[in-house]
Formats: sequence, structure tokens, C-alpha cells
Amino acid sequence: MTAQPDVTASSPPSRPAGNAARRRPPVGLLRDIRAGRHGNLVRFASVALTLLAWEWYGRGVDPVFLSYPTAILGAVPAMLATGELQRAFVSSILGLAIGLAAAISLGTLLGLLMGRYRLVDQLLDVQINALYATPNVALIPLLILWFGLGLLSKVVIIFLAGFFPIIVNTYSGVRNVSRGLVEVALAEGASEAQIFTKIVIPAALPFITTGVRLAMGRAVVGMVVAELFTAVSGLGGAIITYGNAFKTDKLFVIIILLALLGLFLTESVRHLERWLAPWKETERAN
Amino acid sequence: MLEIIALSKTYGGEGAAGAGEHVTHVLDAVSFNVARNQFVCLLGASGCGKTTLLRIAAGLTVPDGGEIQLEGRQVTGPGQDRSLVFQNYGLLPWRSVMGNVEFGLEMRGVRKAERRAISQKYIDRVGLTGYERHYPHQISGGMQQRTALARAFSKDPKVLLMDEPFAAVDMQTREMLQDELLKIWTSMQTTVLFVTHSIEEAIYLGDRVLVMGARPGRIKADIATELPRPRDEAAKSSPRFDELRRLVRDKLRHDEAPAAP
Repeated sequence: MTAQPDVTASSPPSRPAGNAARRRPPVGLLRDIRAGRHGNLVRFASVALTLLAWEWYGRGVDPVFLSYPTAILGAVPAMLATGELQRAFVSSILGLAIGLAAAISLGTLLGLLMGRYRLVDQLLDVQINALYATPNVALIPLLILWFGLGLLSKVVIIFLAGFFPIIVNTYSGVRNVSRGLVEVALAEGASEAQIFTKIVIPAALPFITTGVRLAMGRAVVGMVVAELFTAVSGLGGAIITYGNAFKTDKLFVIIILLALLGLFLTESVRHLERWLAPWKETERAN
Repeated sequence: MLEIIALSKTYGGEGAAGAGEHVTHVLDAVSFNVARNQFVCLLGASGCGKTTLLRIAAGLTVPDGGEIQLEGRQVTGPGQDRSLVFQNYGLLPWRSVMGNVEFGLEMRGVRKAERRAISQKYIDRVGLTGYERHYPHQISGGMQQRTALARAFSKDPKVLLMDEPFAAVDMQTREMLQDELLKIWTSMQTTVLFVTHSIEEAIYLGDRVLVMGARPGRIKADIATELPRPRDEAAKSSPRFDELRRLVRDKLRHDEAPAAP
């Protein structure tokens, strides 16, 4: 019964023979693409098509409003030659590095302590939650008033953007440490310091790296917003400068650079997560 | 050698006036002795206090009355003379087999070279040579148990305390793990207090089966299995095994009788 229908289904009497051959399911490459077996090929083709469409459409539009891929690429050598791109990039990265380093170290430390020790939690949770609930952007004018238009302002804004995802994730990571694992250490006569360093920190590590990954994204946003406000330095500052001068091609260079930076940062933390907590990886897979 | 003396533990009602009715007598003056190198199984339904008793022996829980003495010394907290094997083994997922086995020694402050050497010895003894660098999620359930046993034995404990280590595994795996445990126990020669709620498991593993009843938790029967060792599948079909099974089941059922309507 099951082997039989093949013949009747593929050649119904009313259909001419030539037509039947054309309507046969696609073979080879096309079939594999439909089945989703050539993901990268499809992605590449899609991106290439988008760029082509952009190029074609962009060439017909006033360059003040929209640039196009080859023009954007063509603007890069000039920006490198004058050093404006490097200067903006270094200025941004410096603020990002300092602000993120501070956010990671302080966020992890406070998150660990608040998660583990109720007293620290009670001492700080109201202030932390209040600050967390406040939109960071609302603080920027105040921070500029306090810390000026220079690097310090930028660092503080980036710190605030990155700090909360880290402290919140670290805190819940510590809260999620299984009682059983702590008891394994207790049964071995471990001290509180040993439990903290040998059980709590490694068990919370996957949560901490998740917090860091979220913080990376927020910090890049914080960085650009800070630079847009101060408008004097970094990639955000360059956006304002080029925007005001209607140099849309250079503006796009900055925007694409920011996208690449964000992508690079989150991807590197993803790799770090896999390297630091491989056991969570298999838990996710299961 | 291991003496449980009038051990009592209650939960609830602490301090609160008029809360007396809600007090649960988890353990009510439980007493028994365990001889050196004896394998004793604590059998009972959930809630009978068998795990609480084991936790007190491990030093993780403080009793309200009575005490436990190990070779004449009172147990007051966790110690190097006792090893606890947890439900699901309690392996640390971020540590390799070696890292897990040496964990106890590390907590004790043993130097790295020395604890490596000791751990390697026990890893070899339980047959995990070559798997030192594997992580718990990369090895089978049987190998995880052997890792847990190697960690437990690495302290050279006088008593091995096991808390329903096979509660979460399927029947076939369970029987395999039981045989593996017996083999390792035979080669190590140590005193074991083993908590379980499986009648067959208690009889198959133990020299003695202590049947516990609930509310209040106490020992209802102390049965010597008197099955020859080494034990295998044949032991389970022997007349003595059947007799023990009936006896133990009868003692357990006796406990439920008053609760039935």
C-alpha cells in the first residue's frame, strides 16, 4: 500500500509528459537551499543584494540625505589620512575601556556582596534600585555640569550605563547558587571565605558574564549619547560634526564603525562565556 | 564505633507561643550503634527523618537532643573523619574529575602536589584513570558516582554517609551503580550509613536494615540481612531475600496502619 502511490501521483492521466517533468521537485543546489542547508550562501547573497539596492537607490538621491556604499568606503582613506577617524575612535575607546572596567569591577564586587550578605543588601538595595529606575539620559546634563565636557563625564556616563546590568545579574547569580553546592563545601568544613571564592563565585560566573555582555551593549549606547551631548570628542562628537556639515558619507562611516564595535564586543563576551563556563553551554544545549 | 544516642530533632514552633501543635518531631530519641566496617541502611518513607539523621551525622544540622559519637568523640560539626555523598552526588560542574576529587583536601589546606597525589590514588582505585580532566557533564552517571566516591574516600574517612545517592536514576542504572558501590566498598573497607527509601536496595546493600517510622521519627526494626557477600543478582532471588523483603515490608506497613481510615 505504501510503496504504490508513487506511480499514480507523479503521472496523473490529464497532465502532458513535458509539463510533469518541469513540475518535479527541485534537485541539487536549489533543493538544498530550500531545505536551509546553505545558510551562509543565502546570507551572503541577501547582504550583497541589499548593498546593491542601496548603491543603486543611493546614487539617485541628494548626497546630503543619503550616501551609498562605494561613496562611504571612498570616504575612509581621506578620514584616515587626516587622522580624524583614528582620533575619534581612540577617544571613544578610551572612555569606553575606563568606564566599562570600572562598571565590571564595582558591579561584580557589589553584586557578589549584596547577593551573599543580607546586611550589605539591606544597606544598598534602595539606592541601587532608585538609580536603576532612573533613565540614565536624564542624568547627563547634571553629570556634564559636575564633570565637564571632557573624558571624565564620558567615563561616568558609560560607567552608569554598564554598572546596572552587571550588578543586577551578578546579584541574581549569587541568589541562584544551589544550596546543595554550598553544603558540599560545608560538609568538607569549608570556611565562609572558601565558600565565597570556591563555590559562590564560580557558580555565579555564567550570570556575571551575561551581565557583562548586556553591559557592553549599553555602554556603547551610553558612550555615543555622552559624546552627542558633549559634542566635542569621540565617534559621537564626529557624528555631530559631520551631521552639521552635511557630510553624510563620513557620517555613515562612523555609524558603521559603531555597529561593528558593538558586534565585536558582544561576540567576544560570548566567546568568553563559552570559555569560562563550558558546563552551562551543555546545559543550554540539553 | 558510631553511636547514635537518644537523638531528637523538632521543626517548627520555635519560640512562638501557642504554636506547640505545629511542632514536628522529625526524630524522637533515636538510638543505635554501628560497628566498624558495617554497611547499615536507613530505610523509611519520605519525611521519616532519615535524611535529617544523616545530616546531623555529617555535622550539617544540629540536633535538639541527644548526640552522635564517633569512636567516643562527640560529633559537633563537619569533620575529616566523615564523608557525605549527596543526592545526585553533589559534583561541582565547573571542576574536572580531578578538581572534584581534590576539593575536600583543598578545603583542608593540603598543598597542591600532595593533594594531587592523594586524589590520583583514589581516582585510580575507583577506575577513573584517564578521565582526570573530564568535567562531570562529559561522563556517565556511573563515572559521576565513582568521582563522588573518590572524593569521599580521599579524606580517608572512618564513616561514609550516603544520602539516597541513587534516588534520581532509572532501575537499570541503579542496579549497576549498586554493584559498583559494593565493589568499591569491599576494596576500601569502611563503615557506611546509607539512606534509602527502596526496600530492595536496603536489603541488597546492607549488613543491617534499620526500618524507620515517621511522626515521630524512630527506629521500628533493626534487621540483620545475613546475606552472603559478595552479592550479585542471585542473591536477589534467594529465599532469604524474599523473606527479608516480606519482613521489612511488614514493618513499614505497620507504620502506615494508624494513619489509614
